[in-house]
Amino acid sequence: MDKRISLLVDGEERTLTVDTRTTLLDSLRDRLGVTSPKKGCDHGQCGACTVLLGGRRVNSCLVLAVAHDGAEVVTAAGLGGGGGELHPVQEAFLARDALQCGFCTPGQVCSAVGMLQEAATGQPSHVTADPGRAVELDDAEIRERMSGNLCRCGAYVNIVAAIRDAADPGRTSGTASAGARP
Amino acid sequence: MRPFDYQQAPDATAAVATVARRPGAMFLGGGTNLVDLMKLGVATPELLVDVSRLPLDTVAELPDGRVRIGAAVPNSDLAAHPLILQRYPVLSQALLSGASGQLRNLATTGGNLLQRTRCPYFQDASLPCNKREPGSGCPARGGYSRNHAILGASDSCVAVHPSDMAVALAALDATVVILGPGGERTLPLTELHRLPGAEPERDTVLAHGELVTAVDLPPGSHRRSAYRKVRDRASFAFALVSVAAVVELADDGGTIAGVRIALGGVAHKPWRAERAEELLRGAQPTETNFGRAAAAELDAAVALAGNAFKIPLAANAMVAVLRDLTGRGGNG
Repeated sequence: MDKRISLLVDGEERTLTVDTRTTLLDSLRDRLGVTSPKKGCDHGQCGACTVLLGGRRVNSCLVLAVAHDGAEVVTAAGLGGGGGELHPVQEAFLARDALQCGFCTPGQVCSAVGMLQEAATGQPSHVTADPGRAVELDDAEIRERMSGNLCRCGAYVNIVAAIRDAADPGRTSGTASAGARP
Repeated sequence: MRPFDYQQAPDATAAVATVARRPGAMFLGGGTNLVDLMKLGVATPELLVDVSRLPLDTVAELPDGRVRIGAAVPNSDLAAHPLILQRYPVLSQALLSGASGQLRNLATTGGNLLQRTRCPYFQDASLPCNKREPGSGCPARGGYSRNHAILGASDSCVAVHPSDMAVALAALDATVVILGPGGERTLPLTELHRLPGAEPERDTVLAHGELVTAVDLPPGSHRRSAYRKVRDRASFAFALVSVAAVVELADDGGTIAGVRIALGGVAHKPWRAERAEELLRGAQPTETNFGRAAAAELDAAVALAGNAFKIPLAANAMVAVLRDLTGRGGNG
């Protein structure tokens, strides 16, 4: 069953005809050639496919493209805007060497950008001691909020450090420890 | 995945009318469970009627003090809503203990209630399962049963309901608002889900075409409430056992004036611990009384080969929650 939809992908208007069965992830990768979101588990368990859909982080493998006609999608490739610039979260991942093979990284950085926004608006997490107050993103908060993104290389220590840096750039030099570049 | 047609419902009444007259039609909310089940070949709808864009996406206080949660409110928004944080902390805690940040952004209130069990045999279309294929058998009995039920199971099914949110709603005495082809009805949340009996294919009492449009919470502040979840990982894992409790102490603080407890991860539905509640009402909040109440509730528990640990775990979790909520229990 085919349907015509349009999506705003990384700032670019894209129109395509999709079979209703097509996920947003497959539409991006196979139909539009936007390959930064990765297909890891394809069941919403690994987070490698994470994109920002209407500004919120979601698993694009569980989203039917046909249900999001007209939506704005930002992938890791579009996080920095045009011109090849990197988003501060991506810069922090580089500075902290927060990856090994890199397969999970596009999902990690999209998830981190969405998560930082959620924390900035005061959304509590499972480990927030005092919900309703401003969120302080300590390591326990970052780990809990990023639990939907798996890294099978186990680069978690530096992923947490990178996100901590991005959350509070002023603290970067003071907290540089594991894995910081010389 | 089997081919299907897709429609966006213009309003709830039209959505209900469409699904009710098509046996192969299903409602689509956030899709986090349904789309996955379609990939697995467990769900095979011919038509999806998308109800995620219906104007059922608000949390608001009703004139009588109840709080109405629209069925399309995302789990993340509900958990962070000021009314929920202030008056129903148990609900926020339950939501935040479930799934991941990405999934909570997609998952809806109605969809969370109606998600299917994560029993591995149910999710594997190549294996028998009485819930998926009535009469085909239940490999979980005698198979992998670590996550399965200890209360209210039947010969035909030992699956558990996976929702955290629903456990908190059961303890809060929430009401579900349901729209069907014949109009609207309401149901206590504790009566929405059913025990498996001889019809494990029916998770709930809803008829085909009935749509959950809202969940109502009772008036008042339920500050003394909490959700405790025990799981194999610290985050992003289903409950082995969970406890939601709402407690009111008498004015002098010496006795329990009111208590409502629900257990998750133990049964085919959120399990209201009515026996325990009965023993605790009017009793002193002591460790002994908590333990006695928990033991009475779990007296009927039956373990499978792989989940006997859940019985003491559920009892201990109940005692721990009651201790935390009453600030008591240290002294006999």
